[in-house]
Amino acid sequence: MVKVENISKTFKKVQALNDVSFHAEKGELFGIIGPDGAGKTTLFRIMTTLTIPDNGTVFINNRSIFNDYMEIRKNIGYMPGRFALYQDLTVEENLNFFASVFNTTIEENYHLIKGIYSHIAPFKNRKAGKLSGGMKQKLALSCALIHKPEVLFLDEPTTGVDPVSRKEFWDMLYDLKNMGITIIVSTPYMDEASRCNRIALIKNGAFIDVNTPKNIINSFNKTLIALKADNMRQLLKDVRKCSHIKSAFAFGAEIHAVIDNDNQIEDINNQIKNLNHKNIEIYRIPPAIEDCYIWSR
Amino acid sequence: MKQLLSFIKKEVLHILRDKRTILILLIMPVVQILLFGFAMTMEVKNIKVAVSYQYGDELAEKIIARISASEYFHIVQTINNPLDISSLFKKEKIDTIIIFSDEFSNEIHKGGISSVQIINDASDPNQASTVTSYISAIISSFQNEIAGSVQPIRINTELKMLYNPELKGSYNFVPGVMALVLTIICAMMTSISIVREKEFGTMELLLVSPMKPAYIIISKIVPYLIISTINLLTIIVLAVMLLDMPVRGSFMLLMGVSFLFIFVCLTVGIFISSLVANQAAAMLISGMGMMMPVMLLSGMLFPLDSMPKFLQIIADFVPASWYFTVVKKVMIEGQGLMDILKEITILTIMLAVLVIASVKKFKVRLG
Amino acid sequence: MEQVIKTYNLTKKFGSFTAVDNISFYVNKGEIFGFLGANGAGKTTAMRMLCGLSKPTYGTGSVAGCDISKEYEKIKKNIGYMSQKFSLYEDLTVAENIKLFAGIYGMPLKKIKEKSAIILERLELADKKDTLVKYIPIGWKQKLAFSVAVFHEPKIVFLDEPTGGVDPEARRQFWEMIYEAADNGITIFVTTHYMDEAEYCDRISIMVHGKIAALAAPKDMKQEYNAATMDEVFRKLVAGTFNQE
Repeated sequence: MVKVENISKTFKKVQALNDVSFHAEKGELFGIIGPDGAGKTTLFRIMTTLTIPDNGTVFINNRSIFNDYMEIRKNIGYMPGRFALYQDLTVEENLNFFASVFNTTIEENYHLIKGIYSHIAPFKNRKAGKLSGGMKQKLALSCALIHKPEVLFLDEPTTGVDPVSRKEFWDMLYDLKNMGITIIVSTPYMDEASRCNRIALIKNGAFIDVNTPKNIINSFNKTLIALKADNMRQLLKDVRKCSHIKSAFAFGAEIHAVIDNDNQIEDINNQIKNLNHKNIEIYRIPPAIEDCYIWSR
Repeated sequence: MKQLLSFIKKEVLHILRDKRTILILLIMPVVQILLFGFAMTMEVKNIKVAVSYQYGDELAEKIIARISASEYFHIVQTINNPLDISSLFKKEKIDTIIIFSDEFSNEIHKGGISSVQIINDASDPNQASTVTSYISAIISSFQNEIAGSVQPIRINTELKMLYNPELKGSYNFVPGVMALVLTIICAMMTSISIVREKEFGTMELLLVSPMKPAYIIISKIVPYLIISTINLLTIIVLAVMLLDMPVRGSFMLLMGVSFLFIFVCLTVGIFISSLVANQAAAMLISGMGMMMPVMLLSGMLFPLDSMPKFLQIIADFVPASWYFTVVKKVMIEGQGLMDILKEITILTIMLAVLVIASVKKFKVRLG
Repeated sequence: MEQVIKTYNLTKKFGSFTAVDNISFYVNKGEIFGFLGANGAGKTTAMRMLCGLSKPTYGTGSVAGCDISKEYEKIKKNIGYMSQKFSLYEDLTVAENIKLFAGIYGMPLKKIKEKSAIILERLELADKKDTLVKYIPIGWKQKLAFSVAVFHEPKIVFLDEPTGGVDPEARRQFWEMIYEAADNGITIFVTTHYMDEAEYCDRISIMVHGKIAALAAPKDMKQEYNAATMDEVFRKLVAGTFNQE
């Protein structure tokens, strides 16, 4: 459905994208995961025909972004990174407007947005600017869906959103995916990777890896351990001085460190014990996507 | 079509929702007409005049009597020796000295030609030029009256206010306000409303939609076209009712040229919006780039023919200066289509150039 | 232990809407205090009151020994502030930003020079000091912003989602800078949507609908709510504000 081939883009001196490629199948929920400034928004703008790449090409349902951009525009839905609806128009006016822009009506595709729109329907006469963050997003998503797009592009829909609301947003995406809509979504939150069918990890304008989250984790070829003790801040400093430790980072309630092999764990444990740490725990762990991202080189 | 209509509806909603702006847009022309028409009028009153003439000179005395009868002038002094002019201005606070030539009546009767010298305190150049025009007008009307009784005569003064015998400042201002208001609404508001979509990120959504760029532009234009028509009519009605302005030429012609000018301004607005990225810049460019030239270079505040050559050349590129001329010609001088063909042609060329430039500049993609 | 932030029944109403509802808590000197909550729970409003930018409807509070409703001008001298949205002027260079913010707090020129050299060295930005801020990566930008926020050695520094969108590595480096500042006695008051970062705080509070629903050390909170991670605790406490108005 979405074919991105060898895309590169440079703005003045800054290379935003460097030889980026991926394919997303019909009905797939594909995640592009990486921090701000990694090139996600530029990639979205290229895929949605807003920006021309320096190199490479993109096909949306076999239509080229160069020649068939008008056809593409009729068949995609796009939700840009920041809230981009008319704040001075009401919820209903916004939705009506976007429906008619795409030559359709709310009624025609109501079944698509029903699950999402029903939450905001009670406030349909409220101005969009007066909605809470979560409702704004639902409205934006409804507007992007109203013309029954083949592909939905969501650029950082969950940035700055609290964890609970984020989870609910992903639940909505699942419902859409089940209706057969292909979804390309970007996020800076690594923990959201597991909710995608496949993901691309993007770093400094290049893809580190494109695969299912599971395969990315399975292909992690380093030995990762987690460490805990009562004084975590001191532990981090001490762990970094230990022998065998390649590098170590705080990771929530744990410290994650990369070592050569399991046999070194005992020795590390002894070293830390000698530094008077209490309640030490060291164990081998599988990596999270965030570990894969940090230790990818 | 439905697309376009819903887009226009959306634009109208934007404008209606912004109560303060719409109020300003509708009231602005009224305020400007009142301000310029009454408060800021350049009419002068109670001008202290000293006259010098040959005692007993019949025609000179008649003219002086007329000047004295005018509400604008006080003849405060008759001087016999017009040598100590500077002390008259400084000590006696005289504004204007009128000096008739010694044999004024005789010269007229014999050769039909004589001269009057008008000396002004030009430290207030506006007042000085107005006073000169007033006096010249009085003299010239006198000249016309006696022209039949005597042989053809010539009194050498400057004849300027040929079509404005009542010498009202508002005659200059009404066309000026029309040019100014239409410029602000059409150029400034249109550019701001397009740039706002860029700033809020909604332009991104519109571009990603199958909406034709032409539709986007048309729907931006329509509401301001309506508002400016309302403004235009408001100004004309106020000018006629309150300021006693005549509409001597064809009203339809006046409206026709006004619409031509409105379209020029709308296109300027669209062009500006394609150059800038935020509302502040749009406001600055349309404000500084459009309003200032309209105020300064259209002939509204300062007569163009007394400006340095290079400013006149710049003024030729300001659409408002052509519109200003046309309005004066049609409204006040009552001229017809054939007399304003030049201005119409120039405005049409400007429109064509701007349309082409805007179409070229309008992007179907981002940056 | 000195309490550098103290509030008692702090409340802020906007018309009939109560944004912050009777919150009372304290923060110790040198503590890293995590201020969590769902979007719209009242975090920003509460933080504004603590920074002296907004007057409480009622209730009292003191920050760095100053009353937040009366001595708000004095508060500003004793705190540092940075947020994800605004931290530095994008169109000024790195060095100009440092100089500007230090100057705002009235630091002597000589001291500014010495300290900015140290900061640039530590952030490995020395060769980038004449680069416009908009051209440096967000991770570095936020680290620089933090250095600037603590440049005038404030008693407390308020961080509003300082690591939003920052890459995982830079996020962790950022937190190591927070640790160091805390070790130097600077109190850290921080909001975040990254639940792993909640674990790095000494104590955290979770706001729900304007009230503080829980306040404890992460470890104790996990125990109390029988949860393995802070993420779980958060979910249990903040049940779906997303679907509410």
